[in-house]
Amino acid sequence: MTELIVEGRTWVFPEPNINTDLINPQTVFGKPLREQVKAIFSANRPGWVDLVREGDILIAGKNFGTGSSRPGAMLFKELGIRAIVAESINGLFYRNCVNYALPALECPGVTNLVCEGDVVRVHFHSGVVENVTTGESAAGQAVPEFLLGIVRAGGILPQLREKGYIR
Amino acid sequence: MIEKILARHSGRSGVRAGDLVVCSVSKAIQLDIGYATGVDQIPEKIDNPDIVAVILDHTVPAPTINDANAHMKAREFVKKFNIKRFFDIGNHGICHQVILENGLALPGEILTCTDSHTCASGAFNCAARGVGPVEMLQIICTGKTWFKVPPTIRFVLTGEKPPNVFGKDIFLHIAGTYGSAEGFCVEFAGDGVRSLTIDDRATIATMCAEISAEFALFEADEVIVRYLKGITNEPFEPVTSDEDAEFADVRYIDLSSLKPYVSKPDYIPHNTVEIDRLGERVKIDQAFIGSCANGKLEDLRIAAEIVKGRKVAPGVRFIVTPASQNVYKEAVRRGYVSTLVEAGAIVTNSTCGACYGGHMGVLGAGEVCITSSTRNFKGRMGSPEAKIYIGSSATVAASALAGYITDPSGVLEGVVSP
Repeated sequence: MTELIVEGRTWVFPEPNINTDLINPQTVFGKPLREQVKAIFSANRPGWVDLVREGDILIAGKNFGTGSSRPGAMLFKELGIRAIVAESINGLFYRNCVNYALPALECPGVTNLVCEGDVVRVHFHSGVVENVTTGESAAGQAVPEFLLGIVRAGGILPQLREKGYIR
Repeated sequence: MIEKILARHSGRSGVRAGDLVVCSVSKAIQLDIGYATGVDQIPEKIDNPDIVAVILDHTVPAPTINDANAHMKAREFVKKFNIKRFFDIGNHGICHQVILENGLALPGEILTCTDSHTCASGAFNCAARGVGPVEMLQIICTGKTWFKVPPTIRFVLTGEKPPNVFGKDIFLHIAGTYGSAEGFCVEFAGDGVRSLTIDDRATIATMCAEISAEFALFEADEVIVRYLKGITNEPFEPVTSDEDAEFADVRYIDLSSLKPYVSKPDYIPHNTVEIDRLGERVKIDQAFIGSCANGKLEDLRIAAEIVKGRKVAPGVRFIVTPASQNVYKEAVRRGYVSTLVEAGAIVTNSTCGACYGGHMGVLGAGEVCITSSTRNFKGRMGSPEAKIYIGSSATVAASALAGYITDPSGVLEGVVSP
């Protein structure tokens, strides 16, 4: 079992209840993936997607991703976000993160631990979030190995492909 | 209750809150959006076609080419695996209503569907959960998925609800008072449940998605068991909570003390108010009755009785969307549709359309809507600058006549029995 550790520059969205309609607005349903990615947070933080670099980490508030089954996790991954750490993560959104292989961690207090732009190192097995910039850290909820196994396999689709369920 | 269901389907003698379990899924409900949102693969093989149902609901009839193509994919999948439970256009409806009408959700079972309001089927004592499109593909292929056993909050309903209070009002009271239930299973019990119709229970269970509950569960009392035995031959075994079950919290709701409620725009938890305390008069541009929560026959009946012989206020669009083709047909037979249309309403075909801002009732910038549908996020029904208030179908119909949000109590005489 290899440790899953992700390090990267952060973007902070501290407000609670950021929902799937903000992440994946209905207006871009069925549009090419690139257009859907461009619309992420277009209503609450226009222009943000152009600032994101491959490898960045999203820090969020309580109940992040509340709302629909829309595959927002897939869009964040496509944008270049490599991990999400939130005060808490909505159940359905969390499932989508695991299933699309976007590592996600719940860590109460994380929005106070991190200022936007800080570099953090996230230890998914232990749940520890280190702020590399300030040297402080916080304890979040360790992610069970069973779920990290799905993430490490690249999510559900590669697993189904390997077992011959899909091409 | 949830622990018993998850234990039963994971082959364990017992589970506790926090356990991670892999369960066999009893029913997997695939939707048109499952094919339209990035996962349009037809599997090579699947575990068991008999646990699968396919329902077209979000984009009916297809408003775009992409949606029409998704419908074609759904039909291709159904044909390839000879899926018997297929609800194509004309025999369709909003999935959660179709599930309840056809006995697809059974007490003590696990149901998954690619829609966040899947908790609706908790009205029938079924552990029902919304999942994402790739997870649905996994469940269709393997018959299994994982759950983290949630702790449970128990709502004990007491007393009898007043005639001007509906399932939606009860939910809005609960969500306004207690806020989010993120990460919890919520269960409803107590003598007060008896005064709730099946539709009221389904409304409450459906709306639990808005307080971010993992599951919502009612007990299967004699009303539910009798209804289900009338529509399915499949055996089922309901669950109840033990006397000594552990709960994260137990909350008592006296139904007899409740009044009609509305949710103010943008979110529901801790954002609802009794209508008579709304303050300034809120003028509306659109009134909408529909969705999995409140497009039921009883909603259409109440709306029709309220507007009978009256006219929708000038400047207001009143849109009514039946929750299923069956509801639509019955509403036509009983004359509700002609009553609504005569009053100036539009009655659309059954679809999720306006509720998610897809089609047939999209809001423009700055418009105000009162709706009995499910969700009022910014931009949910169209423009992010629109404002969405949520209330019961009675509140929506009364407001459509008044032109502003109003308590329906004054127009309910003869509509509901006291």
